[in-house]
Amino acid sequence: MLLPLSWLKEYVDINVTPEVLEEKLFSCGFEVEEFYQVGKDIKGVVVGLVESCEPIEGTHLSLCMVNAGSYGTFQVCCGADNVHAGGKFPLALVGAQVYATAKDHVTVEGLMEIKAGKLRGYDSCGMLCSGTELGLTEDLYPGAGYNGLLALPDDSEPGADVKEITGLDDWIYDVSIYANRPDAMSIFGIAREVAAVLNAPLHEPDLSYTEHKTKAEVTGSDLTVTVSAPDLCPRYIGHYVYDVKIAESPAWMRRRLALVGCNSISNIVDITNYVLKELGQPMHAFDEAFLSQSHIEVRRADPNEPIVTLDEKEFRLNRDNLVICDGEKPVALAGIMGGLNSEIRDTTSGVVFEAAKFARDNVRKTSRALGQASDSSAVFSKGVNEYTTVMAMKRALHLVEELGCGTVSSTHVDANTGNSIDPKPLTVSVKRVNGVLGITVPDQEIVSILSRLSMQPELDGDTLSLRIPAYREDMEAYQDVAEEVIRMYGYDHVQSTFMPTARVTSGGRNIHQKALLRLRQNLAAAGACEAIHYSFFSPEDFELLRLPDSAPERRAIRILNPINENLSLMRTTLVPQMLQAIQRNEKRGTIEGRLFEIGKAFLAKSLPLEDYPEERETLCVGVFGTEENFFTLKGLADTAAASYGVKFRYEASDTSFLHPYQTAAILLDGEKIGVLGKVKYEIADELVLRTPAYILELDLSALSKYDNNMKKYRPLPKFDVEKRDFAFVCDREISCEQIEEAIAGACPYVTSVRLFDVYEGPNLPSGKKSMAFSVVFTPDQHAFSEQEMNGYTDAVLAALSEKYGAVLRS
Amino acid sequence: MGESTELRERLQAIREQVQGNLQRILDSKSVYEYRKSVFDGKTGLIGSLMKEMGKIPKEEKADFGKKVNEIKNWAQELFDQKNTALRELEMQKRYEAEKIDVTMPSLMRPKGNLHPVTLVTNQLIDIFAGLGFDIYEGTEIEKDYYNFTALNTPQDHPARDMQDTFYLSPEFLLRTQTSAGQIHVMEEKKPPIKIISPGKVFRSDDDATHSPMFTQMEGLVVDKGITLGDLKGMLDEIVQKIFGEGTTTRLRPSYFPFTEPSVEVDVSCFQCKGCGCSLCKGTGWIEILGAGVVNNKVLAGCGIDTDVYSGFAFGVGLERIAMLKYGYNNIKLLFESDLRVLSQIDD
Repeated sequence: MLLPLSWLKEYVDINVTPEVLEEKLFSCGFEVEEFYQVGKDIKGVVVGLVESCEPIEGTHLSLCMVNAGSYGTFQVCCGADNVHAGGKFPLALVGAQVYATAKDHVTVEGLMEIKAGKLRGYDSCGMLCSGTELGLTEDLYPGAGYNGLLALPDDSEPGADVKEITGLDDWIYDVSIYANRPDAMSIFGIAREVAAVLNAPLHEPDLSYTEHKTKAEVTGSDLTVTVSAPDLCPRYIGHYVYDVKIAESPAWMRRRLALVGCNSISNIVDITNYVLKELGQPMHAFDEAFLSQSHIEVRRADPNEPIVTLDEKEFRLNRDNLVICDGEKPVALAGIMGGLNSEIRDTTSGVVFEAAKFARDNVRKTSRALGQASDSSAVFSKGVNEYTTVMAMKRALHLVEELGCGTVSSTHVDANTGNSIDPKPLTVSVKRVNGVLGITVPDQEIVSILSRLSMQPELDGDTLSLRIPAYREDMEAYQDVAEEVIRMYGYDHVQSTFMPTARVTSGGRNIHQKALLRLRQNLAAAGACEAIHYSFFSPEDFELLRLPDSAPERRAIRILNPINENLSLMRTTLVPQMLQAIQRNEKRGTIEGRLFEIGKAFLAKSLPLEDYPEERETLCVGVFGTEENFFTLKGLADTAAASYGVKFRYEASDTSFLHPYQTAAILLDGEKIGVLGKVKYEIADELVLRTPAYILELDLSALSKYDNNMKKYRPLPKFDVEKRDFAFVCDREISCEQIEEAIAGACPYVTSVRLFDVYEGPNLPSGKKSMAFSVVFTPDQHAFSEQEMNGYTDAVLAALSEKYGAVLRS
Repeated sequence: MGESTELRERLQAIREQVQGNLQRILDSKSVYEYRKSVFDGKTGLIGSLMKEMGKIPKEEKADFGKKVNEIKNWAQELFDQKNTALRELEMQKRYEAEKIDVTMPSLMRPKGNLHPVTLVTNQLIDIFAGLGFDIYEGTEIEKDYYNFTALNTPQDHPARDMQDTFYLSPEFLLRTQTSAGQIHVMEEKKPPIKIISPGKVFRSDDDATHSPMFTQMEGLVVDKGITLGDLKGMLDEIVQKIFGEGTTTRLRPSYFPFTEPSVEVDVSCFQCKGCGCSLCKGTGWIEILGAGVVNNKVLAGCGIDTDVYSGFAFGVGLERIAMLKYGYNNIKLLFESDLRVLSQIDD
C-alpha cells in the first residue's frame, strides 16, 4: 500500500526523519518494502526569475537572463512559448538532473544531466523546465500539465529549491500489511499505528456535516433500502446528496489521489476514492436519477442475470453473486464495481452514496469467478469493519460540503444486522500476557502502549480491563494483547530461555526413517546422486512411457487448478521425470551418470477422491552412459536390497517403456515389487539420448517390513572352505539362476555359487552355451577329505546333468 | 715348513682367482653356477682341496684341514655378499622399470551425493533429535481441514489468499504448509509434544524465484509454560549450529493465523557478520523463518487444555536454507537434477 508522508502528517505529528519512521513502522509490524522521495530523480533545480527575455532573430528561441538567487544569474536559451521577463520558472542548473522528453515534450525518455552549451552561437548555462521534465503531472501540481514552462508562484524566492515548492520533496512509503490487520490498510489506519509507536497525538479526520432537506422534499420520493441477503451484507448505508455540481476536484485532492496512483475523475467519484484510500472503506456513488423507484435492494443475483459494469464489460451472474439493484435491475456488482447504467455523469445532480460491508469471502469468490477486480474488491476481500463503514459515510458527506459539490440531505438509511460499532470490553490477566512473552513487561508500559492504541486500559492488580475499538476485530484474547504489547514495547526485549519448564523427551528418527536414510546413503555410495522432482507431471508422460490405455498408472489424480497442463496430474510413477532428468543432463553435455529419487507415487483408491490416496514411497534409479548396462543397474537394485538385508529375485519380464529382452521384474517374497531394464530405443530416440539409459522403479512400501532387519554376526567357518570351478555346457535357454539353484540344491555344504564366465561361440555346438561357476563348499564338522570332496562334486555334476543335460566343458 | 708356505701361496692364489672371477659376474644365476663349480668336490677350486688330504703328512693334516675350512668359509661369505649386492641391484632395476607418473588421475569411481535439501533436512533432524524432537512426516495430499480450518484459517479467512492452493477436490488439496502435520500430531498425542515435520509443500507459484513445489520443515513444542522466549532461545541454539557460532536471531512482528503472537525470524548475516553485504542486501539480517506462539484456538481444537499448556511453532523453507548455506543463486537449480550441480555438495 502506498503511503505519502504529507498525507500521513495530516493525522499525526511526525517529528522524526523519514528513515526513522521506516524503522518504527518495521518494528511494530508494518514492513516498508520501499520508500522514496517523489522527486528522487530530480536534482539541482531551483526557482529562476527571468529578468530579461529577447527573441533570437530567425529562431523560436529566446535569450534570457535568469536570476537564481544565491546561485547567480545565468544566460539561458529557451524555446518555450510561455517564457517571459518577470516570470518565475524551474531552472535546472548546470549539473542538474531532470527527465528527458521526446520531441513532443510529453513522453519521458529517461534522465538527462544539464550541461553548459551553445545554442545558435549563444552560451546557455542551464535549462528552464516544464512540469514533465520534473516528473510532475497536472494532478500532482497545477500547471504542470502545460506543454511549456512550469509557472511557479509569484511569491517564490529565486534560488529556492523547486522540490519543496512543487511537493517533489514528499516521501512515499510502500507498506505491506498483514492479513489480520485490514483496519490498517489505509492512510488513517497507518496513522493510528504511527501515533501509537511514536507516542504522538492522533488527529481524527473531520466527520462533520450539516443535513438539509429530505430526499422526499427534493425529489418527491424517499430512499428505501432492503437487504435480502444479510449474511452477505451485514450493513448497508445509503445517503442522499442533492444539488450536485459535477466538476474537477480541488488540487489538493487530485494531488493526493495521484500520489497513491489513483486517477482523478470528478469531484463525486474522487470523494469515494479518497475515502477508500484515507479510511480503507470502499464506497460507491449512484446517479439517483437512474435508480428506479428510488429503491435499493441488496440480493443474490438471479441465475444468468446480466450486468454491465462501469468498464463496459458484461457478465452473466448466478446465485453466488451479490448484486445491488434498484427497483428493477442490478445497478452494481456488490463490492466489486458499479453498473454502467447508474454511473456518475457530468449531468448528475443527485447522488446516493453507498458505504457497506460485504462478506469478504463472497466478494473474493465472485471477483475470482468473474475475473473482475477493482481497488474496492481487493479491500472487501481482506475485510472491512462496520465502524469504518459508518465513519466513511460521514467523511464522504463532510467532503461533499468541503468541496461544495452538493447539499447533504437528511435522508440516511442504515440497514444493518445490529452489530455494534462501540468498543468491546476485554479483560485479561497481566500474568498471562507476560506468560506468553516469557518476560515481565512493566505495568506502566503495558498501560501506556494499550492506551496509545485506544484500548482504554484499566489495571487492577492482575486484571487488565480493555475497551477494544470496533475496528480491531483481530483482538480476541490475552495472546492478542501480548502481541500488541510486545510489538510496541519491542521484540528485542524478549529474553532467550531454553524451555526451563518443559519435560525432557527422547526423539530422533524412527526405524522407517532410519531405513530410508540408510538406503539413500548406500545408493549415493554406489555412485548415484539424489534428485528431487515435482510430485506432479503431465498427461503426456503416459504417452512417453507408451502406457496402454488400461495401465493403472493412467488413473492419476487431477489437480483442479494446475499451473499448466504439464503440471496437472499427481504422478503415479517416478519414471518419466527420471527420463527427462537424463535427457536434460545429456542436453547439457553430461553423457554419463547415475541418479536416484525417493519420492511418492500417488495412487487413488477412488476417483474423484473420497479418501486420502495411497502415497506410495517409491525408488527410481536412472543410469546412463556407455559404461552402464543392465547389470550395473542391477547392482544398484542389489544395493537397495542389501540396504534392507534382503535378496531380490529377478525374472525376465516386459513393460511398456523397457527393452523387451533386457527387462526384469524385481521380486521379493514372491511378490513383484519393481522393474528394471534398458530404456526402449523408441523412447531414447524421442528424447534424443546419445547414450544407453537404464531405469529401475521399486515400491519401497513393500520393503518397509524389513526396515529393522538387523543382521547378526555369523561365526567364520572353523575348517578350511573348498573352492571348485565348474564350466558347464548347456542349452542357451537355461538361465544362470537355474544352474545356481541346481548347484546349491545338489549338496548341503554349498555356501556360494558365483558365475564368472559365459561363452557362446564356434567352439560349442549351436544352441549351446558354456557357463563357468565358482562354487564354495563349507565344512561344518570336520575338514573335507579328498574322497568327500569328490563325492560332492560328483553330486553337483549329476544334478546338472539330470536336470538340464549340462555337462562339464572339456 | 716349505709345504706350508707353498700351501699358503696356493690358497692365496685361489682367493684372488675366485675374487677376480666373481667381480666380473653380474647376475645371480651365474653366481649360483660359479659357486657350484668352485665348490664341486671333484673339480672345484675349493671343493676339490679336501681330496689332497691323503697326500698331506700326518702332522700337517690338522693345519691343512683348518686352512681349507677357512677358505671355504671365506668363499661362502664372499658368495653371500655378492648375492646380496646383486639382489639389491636387481630389485633396484625392477623398481626403476615400474616407475609411474603419480600425478596421473586416480581410478576412484566417484560416489554420489544426497540432494542438498536432503543434506539440510538431515542436519536439522540431527540437531532437533538431540533436543528430543520426534520426526513426523505427513502426507502431501491433505484435507482442507488440516491444512487450513484446524489451523485457524476457516473458509472465508483472508489468510487463504496468502497461499495459492492446488485443489484436488473440494475436500482434498496439496498441502501448502507442513503445519498441517501439527494437527495430526496433537490429535494423536498429548503433551509434552516436540516434533519436527519436514516435507514437500505446494503453492501455485512458478516464476524465477518461486517453485510450485518446495520443502518446509515445521516444528512444534507443546508443554507447560512454553513462551516466546523459549522459541527465541531454541532458535538461537539452532542457527548457531546451522550457520556457525556467533549467529544471532532477531524477531519481528508477523502474522500467521495459527500463531499469536507471530514473528518473522531473521539471522545475523553469517557472511558479513552484520556489516552489510549482497547476501543480506546491506541490512545485516537475513530472513529465514516464520514462527510464533501457538494460537489457543488451534490447541483447543485439538483438545489441549490451554490453561495448562502452551506451545510454539515454526516453519522454515529448506531450499532457502540450502541456498544460503551452499550459495545456490536460483531455487530451480535444485529441481533440475543437473549432475554438474548435484555432484558438487556433500555436507
